[in-house]
Amino acid sequence: MNEYRPVPGTEVPLHRIAHGRTGDKGNRLNVSVIAYRPEYFPILCEQVTEERVRALFAHRRPTAVRRYVLPNLWALNFVIDDVLEGGVNDSLNLDGHGKTHSFLVLSLPVRVPEEFRTIKEEETAR
Amino acid sequence: MKAGTVFVGCGAGFSGDRLDAALPVVESLVRRGGPAAIMFETLGERTLALAQLARLSDPDRGYEPLLERLLAPVLKPCLQNRITILGNFGAANPRAAARAIVALGRKLGCPSMRVAVITGDDLIEAGLTGDLQDEAGKPLSVAAPLSANAYLGAAPLAEAMAAGADVIVTGRVADPALALAPFMHHHGWSPDDCNLMASGTLAGHLLECGAQVSGGYYADPGFKDVPDPHNIGFPIVAMQPDGSFTIGKADNTGGLVNRHTVTEQILYEIHDPARYLTPDVVLDVTGVSLAERAANEVEVSGATGAPRPERLKVTVGFDGGWLGEGEISYAGPNAVGRARLALDVVRKRLGPGLNVRGDIIGLGSVFNDDGGAWLERQSGLPGDVRVRIAVMSPDKAEADRAGEEILALYTCGPAGGGGVRSSTRRRIATTSAFIRREKVRTAVEMVS
Repeated sequence: MNEYRPVPGTEVPLHRIAHGRTGDKGNRLNVSVIAYRPEYFPILCEQVTEERVRALFAHRRPTAVRRYVLPNLWALNFVIDDVLEGGVNDSLNLDGHGKTHSFLVLSLPVRVPEEFRTIKEEETAR
Repeated sequence: MKAGTVFVGCGAGFSGDRLDAALPVVESLVRRGGPAAIMFETLGERTLALAQLARLSDPDRGYEPLLERLLAPVLKPCLQNRITILGNFGAANPRAAARAIVALGRKLGCPSMRVAVITGDDLIEAGLTGDLQDEAGKPLSVAAPLSANAYLGAAPLAEAMAAGADVIVTGRVADPALALAPFMHHHGWSPDDCNLMASGTLAGHLLECGAQVSGGYYADPGFKDVPDPHNIGFPIVAMQPDGSFTIGKADNTGGLVNRHTVTEQILYEIHDPARYLTPDVVLDVTGVSLAERAANEVEVSGATGAPRPERLKVTVGFDGGWLGEGEISYAGPNAVGRARLALDVVRKRLGPGLNVRGDIIGLGSVFNDDGGAWLERQSGLPGDVRVRIAVMSPDKAEADRAGEEILALYTCGPAGGGGVRSSTRRRIATTSAFIRREKVRTAVEMVS
């Protein structure tokens, strides 16, 4: 189910090397994942896969997960179908838009090279 | 600034946005000189159906409830400086909104103004609900819609500008069209030039949510810090005749504009980034590049476009029944144990057959699912949690039971519950449909 294979190095939450935002249309969610620096972008491409994102949302039973890659923007865009339990007008969730879900994706653990381990938080901030 | 630059700022990004955001944008536009406009985007997917209900109960209502408060600070300086105002604040009743703006102008002692109303989006009024299609193009029958509005493009708005409108009031238009129209008008862009339409649409997409591109909805302390987030400056685009543009923000404000804020907003509500469908163009952002030119100024280039779709998107609103909610807090030792017991008690009381959801705020709520699978596997022991029950029903009395059963926990539930709140609200359900473009007749009415 999960094709993610750890690489040597250290494991950090995706939140340390990337940021993102959620958007909704009907029952479809999109989540962008944007590298803070261009050198982090290959890590996103390699490790933040459709399979891993699908597993994160398994309890919501997505019918499709699609990943788009935008190298110019150092970004990925995930489109996740039918996980908003009806969407903003039809959901029982407090957050019917699913707006909080960018931070579910950013909780994903990623392996980063050993030299990134000393990244200070202020260096990742802009 | 360079000759030939057209400036468009955003004064509101949703219904309920900060009312003091627009004035610094207008003051900055005056300082920039040159042709300028300010857009107000206040229409969400369900706002129109709610507005339609308001109009049914009073023919003079059904437009943005905050209209007068949004425009009062900026109407006079905009008219005095020839800054065009474009807004979808007409909602379900653009003509009434236009009358309200004329009345506001008189009250404020404004110079005389020309107000244009764009019509044609309201498919119930036009008798076109029989022409709706589903995504595959099959006829779609909708029973008892409260509202059905097509997303119009920028062309009628540009036409209104050419006719000399100072204020343009619309109902449903594609949000970016509110910015694209002034670019088309001042730069003389042809609607058939796909790359120019793409560039103007991307600029509008970046502006349409107000502060979301200039440091709003962005701060993550220690990772993404935002200066003066209590006073975020709303965005302004400087557009060149060839479609290249920079995005910045109002002068002397907080917030920030950099490649990261802009990237988050480029991808906001975008699905396939090579095919973002709008009434004016199919936008492709995959070739877009960003360059930080100065503090709070990002150059955006490389948007491309394909010819506009043959069909317009339509949002149809229906009565969505009632949503009842009730909440109660538990704190201290075994707070989670008592909260879980409270959920069990209320679920048993509500019985089978109702559409019920239970959350424990502090342990699992917004990430939780209707079935509670997420909540089940949370094992932390927070010491301050809040039980939430939601019930959805076509029958208000059934929805009310969420609050009633939570309230009864005061004396019948687990020990130490407190802080009960409950509410029952009417809901609007929406669905998306399509209509062939040529069926929809748009018109520009000058009301003053």
